Amino acid sequence: MDALLLQFFSLDVAITYFPKMLRGLWVTIQLAFFIVISGLSLGLGLSLLRALKNRLLNFAIIFFADLMRCLPPLTLMFIFFFAFPLIGIPLSGKVAAWLALSLVLAAFSEEIFWTAILSVDKGQWDAARATGLSFSYTIFDVILPQALRISIPPLTNRTIAITKGVALASAVAVPEMLGEAIAATSYSSNSTPLIMAAVGYLAIFFPLTLISQRIESRIRWSL
Amino acid sequence: MTLLQVSGLRKSFDETDVLKNIDLTIERGECVFIIGPSGSGKSTLLRCLNRLEEPDEGIIRLSGVEITGKVKDINRIRQKIGMVFQSFNLYPHLTALSNVTLALRRVQKLHRAEANIRGLEALGEVGLSDKAHSYPGTLSGGQQQRVAIARALALKPQLMLFDEPTSALDPELVGGVIDAIRELQAAGMTMVIVSHEMRFAREAANMVVFMDGGEIVERGSPTDVFENTSHPRVADFLKSFT
Repeated sequence: MDALLLQFFSLDVAITYFPKMLRGLWVTIQLAFFIVISGLSLGLGLSLLRALKNRLLNFAIIFFADLMRCLPPLTLMFIFFFAFPLIGIPLSGKVAAWLALSLVLAAFSEEIFWTAILSVDKGQWDAARATGLSFSYTIFDVILPQALRISIPPLTNRTIAITKGVALASAVAVPEMLGEAIAATSYSSNSTPLIMAAVGYLAIFFPLTLISQRIESRIRWSL
Repeated sequence: MTLLQVSGLRKSFDETDVLKNIDLTIERGECVFIIGPSGSGKSTLLRCLNRLEEPDEGIIRLSGVEITGKVKDINRIRQKIGMVFQSFNLYPHLTALSNVTLALRRVQKLHRAEANIRGLEALGEVGLSDKAHSYPGTLSGGQQQRVAIARALALKPQLMLFDEPTSALDPELVGGVIDAIRELQAAGMTMVIVSHEMRFAREAANMVVFMDGGEIVERGSPTDVFENTSHPRVADFLKSFT
């Protein structure tokens, strides 16, 4: 029991690596924040464009979504980090990681938003159009509020699953929290930094699930 | 005076002709019932009148102005044609009042206060002022349908279309909706009603149109159609109701 405590919960090790872990936590929070914002916005935007039912545009959106959902995020990060500089677009590790995970989240969330938009009863479109509402008013005032409500639970799952991929960014030299923890674990031959990282991840993602529950219950209307 | 004139209207879905050369003239203040077996094209005809369905051919004129073809502003025209659906189609995330005022605020660009006054007025006309702040989910089917009628009325339309307005209602709730429609008629509203309520049609209609297979088989006064029809198809259909 003592051995376990010493290996995973050593105060000395925790104190030594605390500053480094804190910096890692900050990097992870920043990346996660920007990925969620840009990924979900892009996904929502694409699903709205898809509602316009332009064939060429939809083909492009579906292709993008299928591609990004199939590729491993790590592959994307590598492409942005190692290949883009060769065509004259040097990207920092952070930007490469942000871009890769944002695009993956955009692809998944586009599909979730789109499915939700489709699942809104067709009569809602009829009613809105029959009162003379334009396409954009119909979407923003009638369809989207109902679609968003449907999409929040699956969206939360996806957002957490993909945003946790920030941990992959250490592969493109980003000093994010889990990478720092693994390095610290090797240096110290002690697993305490991993536990610290686990606590850090909880601190980031637990509030995210709470926020999602809050939003879900706030836009719940009596049915 | 003619309010609505339909001539040569055709519509097909895939290979099926749903409407074959429909001609129909409706005078101002008239209450026209469209009856007929299901699949006869009644609802499609109704949905073509405000272009929820795009007709393949034919001309529709509202107060003499063509509303088919390359019409510039269909959303303006739709304001003049109220529509009520079988399944109510109220917006579940908005209160009864917001359901009624949404188009007033968005399309007629009224301020919220002004729109609310008009909205409450419309809800009052269907006897639901006290439900203004209720969500559709908390209302009975009959109340929901009356809110839907108020939503259409608030835009001050020249013509009201009803697509089987009582078909989705429990029998004991049908009366309230029919009363609301009757009051509209008394106020001089021009109406086209697709319905299976034969007794209502018999009492309220100025003209009854019988459709079958995408065509108008017979049209005339309720007495002409319900009592003196010479068409076997009409007679067969009416027999199934007695």
